[in-house]
Amino acid sequence: MSDNVNLFTYLLRLADDHLILSQRLGEWCSAAPTLEEDLALANIALDLIGQARSLYSYAGEVEGKGRDEDQLAFLRYEQDYLNALITEQPNGDFAHTIVRQFFISAFMVPFWRKMEQSADETLAAIAAKASKEVAYHLRHTSEWVIRLGDGTQESRSRMIEALDDLVIYTGELFENDSIAEAAIEAGYGVDVSEIKDEWDHTVASVLREATLELPSVRHMQTGGRSGRHTEHLGHILSELQYMQRAYPGMSW
Amino acid sequence: MVETVAIKERSEDATRAAAWQVAASVPDPEIPVVTVEDLGILRSIELDPDGSIVASVTPTYSGCPATQMIQQMVLEALQRSGFENARVETVLSPAWSTDWISDAGKEKLRAYGIAPPQQSSNSKRALFGETAVNCPHCGASNTERVSEFGSTPCKALYRCNSCREPFDYFKCL
Repeated sequence: MSDNVNLFTYLLRLADDHLILSQRLGEWCSAAPTLEEDLALANIALDLIGQARSLYSYAGEVEGKGRDEDQLAFLRYEQDYLNALITEQPNGDFAHTIVRQFFISAFMVPFWRKMEQSADETLAAIAAKASKEVAYHLRHTSEWVIRLGDGTQESRSRMIEALDDLVIYTGELFENDSIAEAAIEAGYGVDVSEIKDEWDHTVASVLREATLELPSVRHMQTGGRSGRHTEHLGHILSELQYMQRAYPGMSW
Repeated sequence: MVETVAIKERSEDATRAAAWQVAASVPDPEIPVVTVEDLGILRSIELDPDGSIVASVTPTYSGCPATQMIQQMVLEALQRSGFENARVETVLSPAWSTDWISDAGKEKLRAYGIAPPQQSSNSKRALFGETAVNCPHCGASNTERVSEFGSTPCKALYRCNSCREPFDYFKCL
């Protein structure tokens, strides 16, 4: 794989993570438990879509085939998306949304911080901003994890269920395959195996305060990085892509 | 010859300075009391070899919808002032930070009712610790955070326990 193709794929994975998760969070808009939380989830979604846009635009430049951010976001098929499976999992109840976001934010904080040292100047610049933005996401979701875990019988049991359902998708975040390894080798990628300890520590300490425990897992789900998705992604795309499919090339 | 070059440089400087004046005075579309210069969004004004003006601007928060609007407004302002071939370029590196908001800009925010970012955004305390935010209305420090996220990506919601007024806080980034 040529250097540029590798960088393109690496960027696309990252951009897809952000786009799909953002789309999921956007589903809460006007339906969140409180007005403040509605704003919070929409704001987090907005940060993610901003980060996705920078990544897609850059990916389009690197690819050099004239595809822009919109074409990359809207005009690919399911198996062409390379997001981690956890980002496409359904919102479920509020506990599921919070646990999903907490797991991912606890990953993104050290990920973007390391990416600030990337040999790729554009990636480093995107990271410099993103790492501060995701710090807010982690703080916000940590507060909810504690409040709900150490809350009522109902909120606690829902949190336990959400942890059980979602923990199997966390392993994929820390996988390095040949594309990730080439990115690390070239100096622009983050070695995700190196941030696993920090993730473990963050998750354990917040869960401890929430009087919850991370369930132990025998087998982690994986496949998103190579385009093998859960059944949920197709449904997300049908909604996300509807306008561009119905009216190709439309713009606001 | 030397003199001609000097005159040309002087006139290039004057052109750049004039274009800077025009671009710098563009207001933020969301918070019109501050300009792109106050916010530190306008990075530079350069002259292309063909004589056209290139304004470099930097995005603030990754998801800020005002970013594109600001670029468009800077471009239109330059064109209206006779810089017909002006262009606007986006510069990502180094990444914008709230530290770049000028003191004048912070004071304008406060007078408008938005508490300006208080600490250096590089400080971990600014992100995770208890941020003491003074009420922009009465100045009291006895305030509480209502929500981490507010009406725009750059703001959090606060309430003053002294004068009881709610207010926006411009978050550190």
